[in-house]
Amino acid sequence: MKHKTATQATLWTYSVLVAIWLIAPTLIVIPLSFTDKASLVFPPTGWSTRWYEKFFTDPTWMTALGNSFTVAVIVVIISTLIGTAAALGLHRWTRRNAAAVVQAGLLAPVVVPAIILAIGIYSIFLKFQLLGTVLGFVLAHSVLAMPFVVISVTAALANFDERLETAAASLGAGKWPTFFKVTLPLIIPGVVSGALFAFVTSFDEVVLSIFIKSPYLETLPVKMYGSVTRDTDPTIAAAATMIMLITTVIIVIGLLSMNRKKRVR
Amino acid sequence: MSQAPPVGAPEAQAPPAKVRPGSKPGRTGTNPLLLLLPALALILGIFAYPLAESMWRSVSDPQLGTQNYEWFFGSSGNLAILGRTLWIALLSMLICLALAYPYAYLMVIAGPKARAALIVIVLIPFWTSLMIRSFAWIVLLQDSGLVNSFLGIIGLGPYNLIRNTTGVLIGMVQVLLPFMVLPLYSVMSGVDMRLVQAAQSLGARPAVAFLRVFVPLSMPGVVSGCLLVFIQALGFYITPALLGSPSEMLISQYIYMQVNQQLQWGRGGTLGVVLLVATLILLGVLGLMMRRSRRLLGDRGKLL
Repeated sequence: MKHKTATQATLWTYSVLVAIWLIAPTLIVIPLSFTDKASLVFPPTGWSTRWYEKFFTDPTWMTALGNSFTVAVIVVIISTLIGTAAALGLHRWTRRNAAAVVQAGLLAPVVVPAIILAIGIYSIFLKFQLLGTVLGFVLAHSVLAMPFVVISVTAALANFDERLETAAASLGAGKWPTFFKVTLPLIIPGVVSGALFAFVTSFDEVVLSIFIKSPYLETLPVKMYGSVTRDTDPTIAAAATMIMLITTVIIVIGLLSMNRKKRVR
Repeated sequence: MSQAPPVGAPEAQAPPAKVRPGSKPGRTGTNPLLLLLPALALILGIFAYPLAESMWRSVSDPQLGTQNYEWFFGSSGNLAILGRTLWIALLSMLICLALAYPYAYLMVIAGPKARAALIVIVLIPFWTSLMIRSFAWIVLLQDSGLVNSFLGIIGLGPYNLIRNTTGVLIGMVQVLLPFMVLPLYSVMSGVDMRLVQAAQSLGARPAVAFLRVFVPLSMPGVVSGCLLVFIQALGFYITPALLGSPSEMLISQYIYMQVNQQLQWGRGGTLGVVLLVATLILLGVLGLMMRRSRRLLGDRGKLL
């Protein structure tokens, strides 16, 4: 028994160190954004909210934040619609081998390194004058976000009892009422988590965005990347904290709404 | 559902006429191909076409021929960059495995509350953006940063932890660790712990029972975690660009440099093809390993 507790103690110590490692970057960004110095020294020696003031009054930061939001919201709508439809299509396709090939194709953007896709998209967008446009950002981010919707809706469909659809149809419900009253309510947790993934994917995306931005249109992570490589200004920390706050709120809302759905049932 | 049946629907007998000819009986709704069409259009237009364009450029820019591939394979500097990329990816994978395996095991044997805490800690990096984490590591690892001050207190350092391979590894491992922990945990939590107990009751020491029963059963998780981490590590851009040094470039930084600074589209495309081929070969090899480990487990299962 003594041996067992010693092993467990070692395991715990090791894991706590790993845990600190995992969350250290998240933990220091927040206090760093409240520093009163114009440098990125941690821990800060005095406190102030001046970097938040700068973030919210500087038009370039605000425009970047607005762009990120606009792009992410459109990406969520497009990739959730397209991805959910695709997952349903894959699920209903009776030729399983062909469906597996198409599914692999739809998920490929997750496996292919972003930088390879980035130079290809850069070249195409240059040709079609999509660089630095909202449409360009939306198309590029949707390709990365859509696979996550397909994955999570497919997972939801795996536990889906098709006899319910058959039952609805046999009771006389048409195609659309069956979908909205039977299918959709049962797979909605998958759709919601896919949409959340899509939002976070778009909101965080840097590599593609660095290539397709223009001096007139860039997203928040691109602006941050530029800031980090050029100067060391704690406004980055304030921006980082804002991004974290936004993604956390979105994820918590998503989780809560999914839990409520479960409780109602 | 407490809703009344649709008005006008015949209740006594189900209308079989609802099932359209050509569709599988019982399936309602649209042709699956129609549902897949928008997704396929997006993938073909914004994924397949750009990739094909890059590949085409690798053999056609600045002129038709194999000059870009000759350039790549003819220079030891280029091969060194490829070798370094593979090496860093391998190291990140091994460090991740060493850190994640005990952590995932603790998740399995811990109580429900401790397990929930351990899971949340793994998920936090997922919703902290990559950009933010790389930036935070710059602050933590700089010469006067927290890590070096801590090392100073215990009488070590200061070390150069940034703008070199050490910095890249520290940042990359932190970013990739959840992709190792989660598959490991999902496989480990499905392992029947009674098998380990059975081995012990038959006289195996706990360490032996762990190594010869639990570890082999966790192998599918090890393989898929390693696969996820290695493949992502190969294509990493942001973290090496911010934490590494330009003299120890990785292939993705090299691609960026060729295309964005030197406007060598063909060379960028060639590097992309090389990286893609390396990724696909690894996917294939690890896929085979996964199948083999599964077969192995199948045999073992029969033996038990």
